[in-house]
Order: sequence, then structure tokens, then C-alpha cells
Amino acid sequence: MYGIREKTSFNDPSREAEKEVRLVSSAERSVKTTTASRVVLDATDITRALTRIAHEILERNKGPDDVILLGIPRRGVPLAHRMAKVMAKVEGTEVPSGSLDVTMYRDDLRLRPARTLEPTDIPGHGVDGALVVLVDDVLFSGRTVRAALDALGDLGRPRGVQLAVLVDRGHRELPIRADFVGKNLPTSLAERVTVTLAETDAVDAVVISPAEGGIS
Amino acid sequence: MRRHLLSSADLTRDDALQVLDTAEELRSLADRPIKKLPTLRGRTVVNLFFEDSTRTRISFEAAAKRLSADVINFSAKGSSVSKGESLKDTALTLEAMGADAVVIRHGSSGAPHRLATSGWVRSSVVNAGDGTHEHPTQALLDAFTLRRHLGDLAGRRITIVGDVLHSRVARSNALLLATLGAEVTLVAPPTLLPVGVSAWPVQTSYDLDSALDKCDAVMMLRVQHERMNAAFFPSAREYSRRYGLDDRRFDRLPDHAIVMHPGPMNRGMEISATVADSTRSVIVEQVTNGVAVRMAVLYLLLSGSDAARPGTEEAVL
Amino acid sequence: MTTHTYLGSPERTYLLRGVSVLGGEPRDLLLGAGQLLDPADAPGDAVTVDGDGLVALPGLVDLHTHLREPGREDAETVHTGSRAAAAGGFTAVHAMANTDPVADTAGVVEQVYNLGRDAGYCDVRPVGAVTVGLGGQRLAELGAMAHSAARVRVFSDDGSCVSDAVLMRRALEYVKAFDGVIAQHSQEPRLTESAQMNEGVMSGVLGLTGWPAVAEEAIIARDCLLAGHVGSRLHVCHVSTAGSVELIRWAKGKGWAVTAEVTPHHLLLTDELVATYDPLYKVNPPLRTAEDVAALRTGLADGTIDCVATDHAPHPTEDKECEWGAAAMGMLGLETALSVVQHTMVDTGLLDWAEVADRMSVRPAAIGRVLTQGQPLQVGAAAHVTLVDPSAVRTVEATESQSLSRNNPYRGLELPGRVVATFLRGRATVLDGKLQ
Repeated sequence: MYGIREKTSFNDPSREAEKEVRLVSSAERSVKTTTASRVVLDATDITRALTRIAHEILERNKGPDDVILLGIPRRGVPLAHRMAKVMAKVEGTEVPSGSLDVTMYRDDLRLRPARTLEPTDIPGHGVDGALVVLVDDVLFSGRTVRAALDALGDLGRPRGVQLAVLVDRGHRELPIRADFVGKNLPTSLAERVTVTLAETDAVDAVVISPAEGGIS
Repeated sequence: MRRHLLSSADLTRDDALQVLDTAEELRSLADRPIKKLPTLRGRTVVNLFFEDSTRTRISFEAAAKRLSADVINFSAKGSSVSKGESLKDTALTLEAMGADAVVIRHGSSGAPHRLATSGWVRSSVVNAGDGTHEHPTQALLDAFTLRRHLGDLAGRRITIVGDVLHSRVARSNALLLATLGAEVTLVAPPTLLPVGVSAWPVQTSYDLDSALDKCDAVMMLRVQHERMNAAFFPSAREYSRRYGLDDRRFDRLPDHAIVMHPGPMNRGMEISATVADSTRSVIVEQVTNGVAVRMAVLYLLLSGSDAARPGTEEAVL
Repeated sequence: MTTHTYLGSPERTYLLRGVSVLGGEPRDLLLGAGQLLDPADAPGDAVTVDGDGLVALPGLVDLHTHLREPGREDAETVHTGSRAAAAGGFTAVHAMANTDPVADTAGVVEQVYNLGRDAGYCDVRPVGAVTVGLGGQRLAELGAMAHSAARVRVFSDDGSCVSDAVLMRRALEYVKAFDGVIAQHSQEPRLTESAQMNEGVMSGVLGLTGWPAVAEEAIIARDCLLAGHVGSRLHVCHVSTAGSVELIRWAKGKGWAVTAEVTPHHLLLTDELVATYDPLYKVNPPLRTAEDVAALRTGLADGTIDCVATDHAPHPTEDKECEWGAAAMGMLGLETALSVVQHTMVDTGLLDWAEVADRMSVRPAAIGRVLTQGQPLQVGAAAHVTLVDPSAVRTVEATESQSLSRNNPYRGLELPGRVVATFLRGRATVLDGKLQ
């Protein structure tokens, strides 16, 4: 009906990209590696790492009291649920887990196409007075965690906040560190770290691959 | 990346669903202690209203403020606009003020389109109702409200009743609901259906009773007083009898069907007081949902807007 | 081509070498002393124009031009408008009466006539208003205008319709006394209150008040019947719908003295363009559908529509740089008319150049009773000649115009044809594509 009107779309193929991105100059982008993709953690490794982190969380906090695991969408969420299950098994009591979407708190909203919001699901009686463990798949620049801390602050006042990640690939841009790390993975900026999980991607794996066409 | 929202026709099914899904997440904000997000901090949203519409302006204002944007209300009444300043000069003023988004309500169809395509402003333009053309955020909030009650709108039957000819709400809704897969029926006296309506993706009917039996929702349009004396129908009474949602017709609706109205209502004219106040009337809820939907629209339009401008760092995914 | 210091001088003699007269075999034309002369008599100092590839037409005659003077000299003057006319290949234009003051008295029409004569770029033939102040209430002094120095023969309330049937009947009857013609702007006023665009699918989608075809056709039907009844000459301005073409065909079939014009823009542009909401496309009558465009082309080709008239309607920038509803109606046309006709009618095979001459010169001159214009290009005729290069192609630039206004709906379009020279009574107003 609108033959003349320009058809454009909110949707952009890049929108579903991983949630943490780096802004790189074209010079940086041109650095290319020829290394082929390699699996650095398989399903067994991931399960082992999550089990260890679950134990560490219980140890550090002297049990599961007041602990809430909040995964950062999308892949932090299944990780949080899995760890909560392990903790529940060890302690014989429910450990609440949920999700915390940080999209609206990002510092790069002006620079990137709009992202679809993911659910925020705070279990139990909210975060006031709780010990919140933020869970994410990859810790990189630290900007996602910064956004998560802001988002959390608008939901209430936790007694403490800790950070658990499956992979820490380095290259921090903010003074942020993880309390619990599944695996430290030294990487080049020209590499890409991809986490796939059974819940979202059918298979558990952490893969390092050369960035194609400048993808970091 | 889309920069403007001028017509429901601009929205693909995926676009529309993205707005609705985003609004769904944002609606939960109303239940939080801090009802504000930092998303549009430092951005300026101008509400440029050439026509009075307190409810739409307030809705946009609340939406922008909940996203932490700075809001400037620019109303034609008492401003230079009422002294004959042209749309162009007003636009240039807004541009000089650094508006990131202009929410425009105008009595002339196409004025938002003109603002967006003339090169006078670089900001995003949101159509908040233009003449007898469109009101896309109203359609989005209606679709949002319908979805909350009916689920997926594909195959749902929505009946829109009243002055389709002059209704921007009807135009935007017909296009958007069809995009979302709903079966839309427009019901009006023949004088109040546009010539060429057969090209719209909708059914039409002159008979309200026959359109009520199987519908999932019925949306009543306001009858403007100025139409009553222009021979579009013989009298307000006759209109009300033939096209009003009275108690008798309300009883014939399926049990799950909901009643909508974009407001402001003429009680006793297009809708009876009993129907307007019934539990199946979602008219007040439409207002609440309007804020979430407009937040979603502002967020989606303004995100990434810097990436397209020169001088900013290149975003690499 | 020879360049000469005194090219524009009326004393010059021009030898147009090897021009294709009305698209026929190349031959020479000699223009001197305001007349077409025998080329064999060409003097040695004649200015020679290489006519290779050029088509010679009798100077074009426009039945419908808005020169805006007096009153809106910010939009156009008789001087600038007649320069635009010359640049477009016209040697005569009819200046519409909706000026301020309205051309409804001998005084105003004589003023316009004199301004045109002083400008000297083409014959400016004032059109007289039918009713006082275009008010549609009382007949203007038609006889006084007819017998003024301007010798008005075409009367029109263009911009408004003479909607009162009795008044229209009287006007048609009255002008018989001096062989005048009523040129009607056919628009039923009640059916077009606050109308913004063609009523149809697009108006419904765009939410703009419709201007239905029936509002034009109802008036045309009535006027044809009136003209038949009283035996008067009726000219239908800017026919824009397929239905109007049918009605005029029917009236002509009855043998009634009905003539009609179509504008270049109605031969090319459609209401789809209104989706841009750019008021450049706002015009009255409005742009119609592709079906209407096709019917208008057919009607012009088969002679149902007698002529092309530009309805050249200059408006200052501020009247178009605004929202659609607030914008003025009208578009420029003089400088693009021949190109649009070539594009829509000649290049499509609907008209040959001889028929273009008929529709753009011979018939409009006859309807307007412009005595020396629209004559065959033969020895002894007044030397009104337009030379066009049909092989030229240009991208239309709004800024490249002799008009004071810039409301050119063809801007950015690539159109064929270029006016290389225009001669008014043997004097070059345009030579080598340049206004003299």
C-alpha cells in the first residue's frame, strides 16, 4: 500500500549478537588470526567447574542462607539455575535463582541497535538484605557486570554482591573482578569466546575461534 | 536501523512483536520501588503538540521520564506556533535545542512524515496522532492490551466500530492488527467508511449485530461532535441505536470478549455507561499499558541512534 | 551556429537550415520581418541556425497560465512568467484571472496585456473572470473586457467553479455576442469541501480528505448539457479523470461546441506521489490514478481532449515548505510541458510531432481565438516557431528556471527534449537554448 515509503525495520541481524561487545577501531579489527576454532571446555569440564563454584559459594558464605543466584541473560541464567541445583543437593534446601536483565543499564545503548529485553525474574522476597551472586558465562570488559550492579541497585539493597563466571577471558576495562571463576582463559582481542549451553544451544561447550571479519 | 515511527504500516510483524515484547518487560517496572531506568539519560524528548491531547502527552511524558530522558513540552497553545510560526521554523528551533526525539501531534495528516523527511531535524520522529491519518502508538498499546487478554493475536477476531473515515486510531489499528495476523472487521455506517477501504486488509460491515457473535474483542471509536451535523448520519440517537454498544449488544458478546475504547468516551452515545464500567472493559488498563508501550517505542527508536552518525566509534559485534 | 551580437534583434533574418517541420523531411525555414519567407530569398547576412535533428513546431500556445501579477509578484510576474513561457517554447500564454485584484474589469486585463507586451517574450492574452471577484454571484463585465485593448475571448473563474447553473448558462449565452468561450474549472464545491487529494485508495490510507472524480464529472456533464442547450462554446479546463474524458467524448459526439484541455502533470504523475506528503504534489484538480492517466493520454491522442495546457501555478517556497494541509495547490509547468508531452505522448507512440503541434499550438490558438498563432509553417504566416531537439535528455533541476517560484514536481526526473529556439514574430526569444 505504501509503494513509495521506505521500508526499514527495527530488526537488525546483529541484534542477537552476544551481549558483551567491544568497540574497536578499524586498525584493531584488521588484526587477524588464522588459528582454527578449538573447544576449551566440554560438557564434563563445564559441569565440574559449576559444581566447584557452587561449593565455593557455599564455603565463602558459610552456607546457603540469604543467597540468591541471579543469572545475567541469556546464558548466565541457566548457569545460575544449574548451580542453585547443585547447592540445593549439597545442602538439602532450596537455593533461589532467577535472572536479571541489564539491557536498559548498558553504557553502549547509543552506539548499538536496540536489543530485545530479557526477563528479570527475582525469586523469593526480593534482593533486600540478600547475598546476591551474579552469574554470567564470560567475564570480558566488565561493562555488563557494571550494568548489572546498577540494575540491582534499582531493585533493592542487597547485603552483599558477588560475581561468578564460567570463563574469565581478561581484557578488563573497569575495576571489576570475579569472586568465582570456572576457568581463566587468556585470549587475544582478535579471538572470540563462545559459550553454548544445552538449555539454549543444545550442547555444552566453550569454544575459542578466530574473529571472522573483525568480530571480537 | 529505523529512526521514526510514523505509521503502523511501517512496522513488520517482527518489529511489532519486538515493541510488544519489550513493553511487556517494561510494564513490570510499575511494580518496582524505583520506577525509573537510566536508559535515555542525557537524551532529550520533545513533546510537540499542535493539538490538545492531555492524555497522550502525559503518557509520552511519563514514558520518557521513566527512561530518564529530559522532556520538553512544546504546546502550540500560547507559543509562537499559535502566532503563525511555520512547522519548519518550529522544527528548526527543536533541532537547535538538540532534541533526540520529537513526539508530534498535529491536526494535519502527514505532518510527522513531513517533519521526518524534510531534513529540518535529525531527531527521531514519533507520530502521536496526525489529522485523520494515524496514531501508531495507540494501535501498539491496543495490540498490547489485546495480547495480555487474548494471547497470540493470530486468527483472533477484532471488531472496530464507528467513524473509521476520520479515525486515526482505526487506521493504525487495522494495519497493525492485520500485520499481527488478527481478523479485523470494521463496522460503520457507509458514510463513515473511506472510499477505497476494500483495499485494506480487513472485512467491513454495516451491521454491528452480525459482527458481534464471534468476536474476541470489540473496539468502539469516539464519535466526534462535529460529524453529527454534517449529514454522516441522521441523528445521534439513530447512530447510537444502530452502532452503539449498548447493554443488549454487550450481552451477546462471547464471554471472553473484551471491550476497548481509545477515549475519551461519549457515554450513552457509542458506548453505554454499564458497558464502559463493566469488568470486561479494559479501557483504564489501556491507559496504563500506554506508558509501557511508549517507553518501548522510545527505547527502540533511540538506541543506537549515534552509531549512524559520523564521528562516533564504530560498533563492531 | 553563427553567433551574432544582435541575435535578439527583430530586424534579423534567420535561416533555419534543415529543420524537420512537424517531424517531416528536413527543409529550410526563413524568418524575416515577422513572417515566414521563401528560403530561396535568404539574404547573405541571415543568421543561420543548424537545424540538424531539430523539429520545428508552430510556437506553442498555452490556454492556462497563472502569471500572478497583479497581487502575488513574489510568486511570479508577467515578466518572469513570460520568460519561463518562452524558455518552454511558448509564443502565447493565457493569463488566468485569479489575480489580486481579480481580472474582472477592462482595466485589469489591459494592465496585464500591456505588461505582457512590454516584456515581449510572448503574447500574453489575459483571461477575464466570469463573475465579479470570482465570487460566483454576478457576471463580470465580460463585454467590456472583450472590447478592451486586451480583446479578451477566454473567460474563466479558474480556481473556483462557476457552480451556479443559472449563472453558468447566462455566461455561456452572453459571450456568444463576441465569440467568447467560458473555460470552466469543473469542481462541484460541496463535494470538495476541504479536499486535499484524489478520493480513492490513497486518500483512505493517507487520511486526507478526498476530492472525488464525480465532483469534476458532475459539473462537466451539466456544463456540456448547458452548452448544447444554448449553443455556446464551452472549454473544460484541466480534465483529470477517465470519466471526464468519456463525458467530453459523448458531448463532442452530439456535435456540441465543447473543447477540453489536459495538463502535463495529469499526463504523467499519479496520486501515489502524495504518500510522500510533499506539497510539491498538491494541485487542483488533484493527481489521479494510473487508470486516469492512461485515459487522459488516450483522450489526447484521439482528439477528445483538444489540447495540453500547463496550469503553470507558481507558489513561493513558504507556501510549499509546510505540512500538506496548509500548502498551496499548484505546480510549475511552462518550462517542462513539451518534455512531459514528448515523454508521455511522443516517445510512447501516441502522438507524432504534427499532432503535438495540433494539441499545443493549433487547437489552443483556435479555442482562444489567438489569430496569428497556431498557423501552418508556410510562407506568409506569422513567424512563431519553436525548435525542439527531441534527442536531448535532461535531469530537471528546480533551480534552473526562469520562474520566480521553484514548485517543480519533476525535479530530479530525467525528461527528454530541449527547446533550442523560440521565435516570436520572427524575433528570437530563445536561441541556442538560451533566453535572449
